[in-house]
Amino acid sequence: MPRTIIEKLWDSHVVYEQPGAPALIYIDLHLTHEVTSAQAFQGLRERRLKVRRPDLTLATADHSIPSTDRSLPIVDELGRKQIEQLERNCKEFGIPYYGIHSDRQGIVHVIGPELGLTQPGMTVVCGDSHTATHGAFGALAFGIGTSQVEHVLATQCLLQMRSKTYQVQVNGSLTSGVAAKDIILALIAKIGIGGGTGCVFEYTGRAIRALSMEERMTVCNMSIEGGARAGLVAPDDTTFQYLHGRPHAPKGADWDAAVARWKQLPTDEGAQYDRSVTIEADQLEPMITYGTNPGMGVPINAPVPAPSDIADPAARADLEKALRYMAIEGGKPLVGHPVDVVFIGSCTNSRISDLRTAASLLKGRKVNPKVRVLVVPGSQEVKRQAAAEGLPEIFRAAGADYREPGCSMCLAMNGDIVEPGKYSVSTSNRNFEGRQGPGARTFLASPLTAAASAITGVVTDVRTLL
Amino acid sequence: MKFQTIVSRMVPLPATNVDTDQIIPARFLKTISKEGLGDNLFCDWRYDAQGKPKPDFILNQPRAQGAQVLLAGDNFGCGSSREHAPWALTQFGFRAVISTSFADIFRGNSVKNGLLPVIVPADVHTELFRAADANPEATVKIDLARQILTTPGGREVEFPVDGFSKHCLLEGVDELGYMLQHESRIAAFEARRAASINTLA
Repeated sequence: MPRTIIEKLWDSHVVYEQPGAPALIYIDLHLTHEVTSAQAFQGLRERRLKVRRPDLTLATADHSIPSTDRSLPIVDELGRKQIEQLERNCKEFGIPYYGIHSDRQGIVHVIGPELGLTQPGMTVVCGDSHTATHGAFGALAFGIGTSQVEHVLATQCLLQMRSKTYQVQVNGSLTSGVAAKDIILALIAKIGIGGGTGCVFEYTGRAIRALSMEERMTVCNMSIEGGARAGLVAPDDTTFQYLHGRPHAPKGADWDAAVARWKQLPTDEGAQYDRSVTIEADQLEPMITYGTNPGMGVPINAPVPAPSDIADPAARADLEKALRYMAIEGGKPLVGHPVDVVFIGSCTNSRISDLRTAASLLKGRKVNPKVRVLVVPGSQEVKRQAAAEGLPEIFRAAGADYREPGCSMCLAMNGDIVEPGKYSVSTSNRNFEGRQGPGARTFLASPLTAAASAITGVVTDVRTLL
Repeated sequence: MKFQTIVSRMVPLPATNVDTDQIIPARFLKTISKEGLGDNLFCDWRYDAQGKPKPDFILNQPRAQGAQVLLAGDNFGCGSSREHAPWALTQFGFRAVISTSFADIFRGNSVKNGLLPVIVPADVHTELFRAADANPEATVKIDLARQILTTPGGREVEFPVDGFSKHCLLEGVDELGYMLQHESRIAAFEARRAASINTLA
């Protein structure tokens, strides 16, 4: 029977399965960080268990880590203790750790791919919901809770129920000024943030095929914002070219064998999905969110929905609550709305191509003096490459603050916060109440839209600057 | 801990799409233990900027004290994978959350911490909110063994739970213990399938 790539990935990782019970599935790569692992390591200690496969495990510090000068001690005591605990845990259990002074440190979803650890056909997990990022390689990758982190550390397996398959077909091609981020924001606006619950997305279609690996990662990254635990793209030549020569990618004859294996992964002709949705890329515009969840997004020139237009009382109440928090009016577009902060970074948009895009717009321009602009590369590797290309000088000359790699203002755990009541245009993935700091108001958008808004000081359609 | 039948008042929180950043904001995740999270449950809705409880927020009202059932809006627990969310809910005293739907990761995390997600149809959901609004003392009964929720009006409603989760909750089965019993199967799987990476290299 013809199978989707999602079913192929599942079938090839089942260790044990009984009808009506969750299957025991094998995990090929387990990524960990400081925030969701400490209690799992403690659990191992209490049971006198070892980490079964340290060679399939990797740790880094990204969430709590300051984006300021790394030669200085970490001021935040809790953050410092959490990072020191991860370092101790890695030593005790023999796990490789790319810590605060490592030249490989970075956001966990940036470093896995750039090291060539994330490969087609794998299962990848991490105690972080944006693990879906790794699906860009044709891997089944999803976020897990701390109990499951402990399960994987101890057994290299997870108990999982089979997910439904959901095809997201993106036809045509993107127009100028419209980015990968706009595809995923448009999808979530269309299906809602619970639209993919219980499903794994497979992104298909010409517009997806045309994306670079970094752009595919941006799309897959926010699958969870559409309710799907995982989202993936079948591997193709773009995937193989990206992987070739990376530190952990197979070499020589192993490479050829791996590529031959990976070519078997794409969905078979005639395979059926449980659900599907189609998006026309030609019709997409730069997207921006106006509310307090990532599904509350509109094309940048479209009016924000007005509560009076909503018939359903519950939906109207939700919209009213969101607009009240955001202190914006429905019925008008966001274009021209003042901006206080611009954040370019996060596991969604902190890769070298994102920085290049932002720099291309900021080169020879100044950011509006009223706007605080933070540019945070996703990893030390991204930072090195950006330096080699002269990007930090462009950001600094424009008046942006260029920082050290980590999650930073995406979730504001490390001291990088948006002040209460202030507005940020952010390339990150969540606009929940208080996500970027208590009382902070977030507009999610692409790096292009973020850079354009940094220059003008108001929410801006980047196409007016191109 | 074995899951016992609950008879409790409901704490109604009608907002839809309540995300885990609301349940427990990220700044409280800089902890290396599971404890001490209950006081910060729904922190930004519950306390003002000075840290004083907001009297109009439901968790600060007498009806929330000792209540074991949170009555939540659609798609509860969306967002991050933080297990701190069910830890915070159970530390406050909740043992079940009723909604029409739950985000996948939150649902899985809840079951592992003795917190039962109860999915009910939209009409029952509406009826429960009405009952809770009409009478703060209105109680529901949640019988996991029978998979029956009894509304304050005495109506019995069946709710879905997968058999494995039900068994684990009722018997207090520890999932990791169960998984470790499959050691020989895991070893056999590894033997026939060479690892493609080595993070230690």
